[in-house]
Amino acid sequence: MEPLSNRKKVLEQKPMNFWERIYLPAIFKGLSITIKHFFKRIPTVRYPEVLRPYSKNFRGQHSLKRDEEGRERCTACGLCALSCPAEAITMISAEREKGEEHLYREEKYAAVYEINMLRCIFCGLCEEACPKEAIYLDGPHVTADYLRKDFIYGKDKLVEPRFDYKKEQEPTA
Amino acid sequence: MAEDVKFKVSIDGIPVEVAPGTTILNAARQIGGDIVPPAMCYYSKLEGSGGKCRTCLVKVSKGSEKDPRPMPKLVASCRTTVMDGMEVQNITSPEVLEARKGVVEMLLINHPLDCPICDQAGECHLQDLGYEHGLAETRYEFERRTFDKIDIGDKVQLHMTRCILCYRCVFVADQLTPQRMHGILGRGDAAEISTYIAKAIDNDFSGNVIDVCPVGALTDKTFRFKNRVWFTKPVEAHRDCPSCSGKVTLWYKGEEVLRVTARKDEYGEVEDFICNTCRFEKKAISDWVIEGPRKVKHTSVISSNHYEQLNPPAVVRKNLALQAANKEEFDRAEKL
Repeated sequence: MEPLSNRKKVLEQKPMNFWERIYLPAIFKGLSITIKHFFKRIPTVRYPEVLRPYSKNFRGQHSLKRDEEGRERCTACGLCALSCPAEAITMISAEREKGEEHLYREEKYAAVYEINMLRCIFCGLCEEACPKEAIYLDGPHVTADYLRKDFIYGKDKLVEPRFDYKKEQEPTA
Repeated sequence: MAEDVKFKVSIDGIPVEVAPGTTILNAARQIGGDIVPPAMCYYSKLEGSGGKCRTCLVKVSKGSEKDPRPMPKLVASCRTTVMDGMEVQNITSPEVLEARKGVVEMLLINHPLDCPICDQAGECHLQDLGYEHGLAETRYEFERRTFDKIDIGDKVQLHMTRCILCYRCVFVADQLTPQRMHGILGRGDAAEISTYIAKAIDNDFSGNVIDVCPVGALTDKTFRFKNRVWFTKPVEAHRDCPSCSGKVTLWYKGEEVLRVTARKDEYGEVEDFICNTCRFEKKAISDWVIEGPRKVKHTSVISSNHYEQLNPPAVVRKNLALQAANKEEFDRAEKL
């Protein structure tokens, strides 16, 4: 059929000359490019050991924060789960018992708090919705894994470890 | 006076004809829409309620046909009856909006900002009011008054810290039960709702104090911290109840009924008071005849939960071939 836009180029196949037919010049030309790259600066880094500088507002794995006394800030209000566009967050709340005041900041706390990292799109809306400044996406990249069930991160992975800001008490858990 | 005399009133420029003796608030409710003043303490089903919270303040710019002078101050629309030819300004008057803002700030002086914990959050009238009229920050510098939580009976919890002293629950206790067992103790700043000598309310209709409470001061202990309101699915249901009408709203999560409340209309008032058996004891699906999903305003946070279908299709659960395939898939994953 007659082409409508005359943009098509018909290639003409010329027969190879002698130097092209012995291939060696082309091989040396290619090799020289390869060898030249041995002496250039390597643009990649060895990732887990070496980290590139991250942007300040990089959003990685979530962490559930503790307050200055080491108590969990999360009060299981459900606003993160409500704002989550991917419905990745679930939680079950429980009431703080007498004697648990050093563990939980408010009278209600999240007994179970799970984020499905396969669903999470790291948009940061949970961080924005949180009225208690309890969740931040300040962790590293979420690592790969083999099983789907291992991507459901519970409180064991999400709650940040206790730090002793006073240095007197031993860090627990 | 003839029985069918109607007073012509205009509220925000919208004319309406109402019977003499109607309050401005009820006249506005006959029109409906945005011009209805909010009410925290007035409750049409409870005699004598109203006049306490002052959120329903309106401006009367023309007293009546005979005496067209405006009323000197803003009036509480739940307590002021209409006159023929009265002209009322609600949202068209900046003065009213300013006053309402002040009232909301006043109500929030002692109210704790524990909405993330409170079970009422999501269906709380004070929350709506604060969202609409409130300031972003408090100007109050003193310590808020706090109380310990009190159990009123084994099913109702009173969290006095959150109370705004609307007296609705007192009227419920007064009017629905033969002997009154709880009321207001103390006066002014020290006033608090309490039962006398911490006596348990064991009347069959005492659970209705939960429904009439506009804030989270009186809450259902069987629902305490179970789930947030907006994650549950409200469904209209009824049952044959010997002591009440049996018409309720069930609040589902998954397949279990977390909470039973009376049906509330658009002003947050219950249609029929329900008995404690319906409210606290009948929490199985088999107890109820389900009518269908409850209509929720699209502006409400509860509507963010999609519940058009009562039970979402459980494809995997019904289809045996899919079940087998699923199991095989899981087994394969386990081996890794």
